[in-house]
Amino acid sequence: MTDTPLIIAGKTFKSRFLLGTGKFKNKKDVSDSIAAGGCEIVTVALRRIDLERHEDNILEHIPPHVTLLTNTSGARNAQEAVRIARLARASGCGHWVKIEVINDSKYLLPDNEQTIKATEILAAEGFVVLPYITPDLYAARALVKAGAASVMPLGSFIGSNQGLKTKELIQVLINEIELPVIVDAGIGAPSQATEAMEMGADAVLVNTAVATNPNPAGLARAFALAVEAGRLAYVSGLPTQQPVAKASSPLTGFLYDDIPAN
Amino acid sequence: MNITINGNPQQVPSAQNLSDLVNTFCKQSKHILTELNGEIIPADQWAQTSLKDGDALELVTFVGGG
Repeated sequence: MTDTPLIIAGKTFKSRFLLGTGKFKNKKDVSDSIAAGGCEIVTVALRRIDLERHEDNILEHIPPHVTLLTNTSGARNAQEAVRIARLARASGCGHWVKIEVINDSKYLLPDNEQTIKATEILAAEGFVVLPYITPDLYAARALVKAGAASVMPLGSFIGSNQGLKTKELIQVLINEIELPVIVDAGIGAPSQATEAMEMGADAVLVNTAVATNPNPAGLARAFALAVEAGRLAYVSGLPTQQPVAKASSPLTGFLYDDIPAN
Repeated sequence: MNITINGNPQQVPSAQNLSDLVNTFCKQSKHILTELNGEIIPADQWAQTSLKDGDALELVTFVGGG
């Protein structure tokens, strides 16, 4: 079975498993997880420098072949997201940006309207924009028009490990949107990643599940396998479900002509 | 002079340029991003960027994030 690679903004990736780097207890686990998961796209964020103590920078723990995706987390509106993206680019650390605009602290749901605004501005400035959204067909269409490089619908609340609560809405995006659909947020188990890939998602992004695990690299490897399995199943095609049994063995009796009716 | 750095007022010698200030206040030397009064200043312009009383400086870096 041959598969096409993941292509985002003209760049080809072998891996369909993206990793977030937040919440890791130590930074060595970050590099170990990237290696174990074979991840080629990794998210980072921007924050004020702690002037009181020296800390090893996260970028020292991300191998150079990996595409850095700066998350605009902390942005509460389009303007702040644009500001963060521009700062990241000025550092020379690339122009790939995950737009995350949140102004609700309970559910941490992304603000689609502000995300579309930020995408318009940044795509026009030459950024590769991957917007994180609440799955919604109209928002996704607006993002296509705005110049997004993919759409990243949430599976469930950030950090909740609840899996694909928004499954039907994500399926609509997979069916209707030409851009790569990357399921982001809420993926807590490899089986959930497989489920997303079996549906036809182009990739998944995982952070909390791996970062908070006692053995992050082990789980990263499990996710990589799960994503690959789901992708292969999608490409190969899955059977439809049947309401009753369909025998797997020939339907004759072992020594008799028929299975007794009763 | 008084400069607000990452939201906190700090006293700094008036002769300092942005490069001196970054070296004084940041314990890390790489991956430092600066915004002076809301304007991004790339690292190659720090030495030519002078500061004045009342400036607001943001010193930012990359951290782990989803």
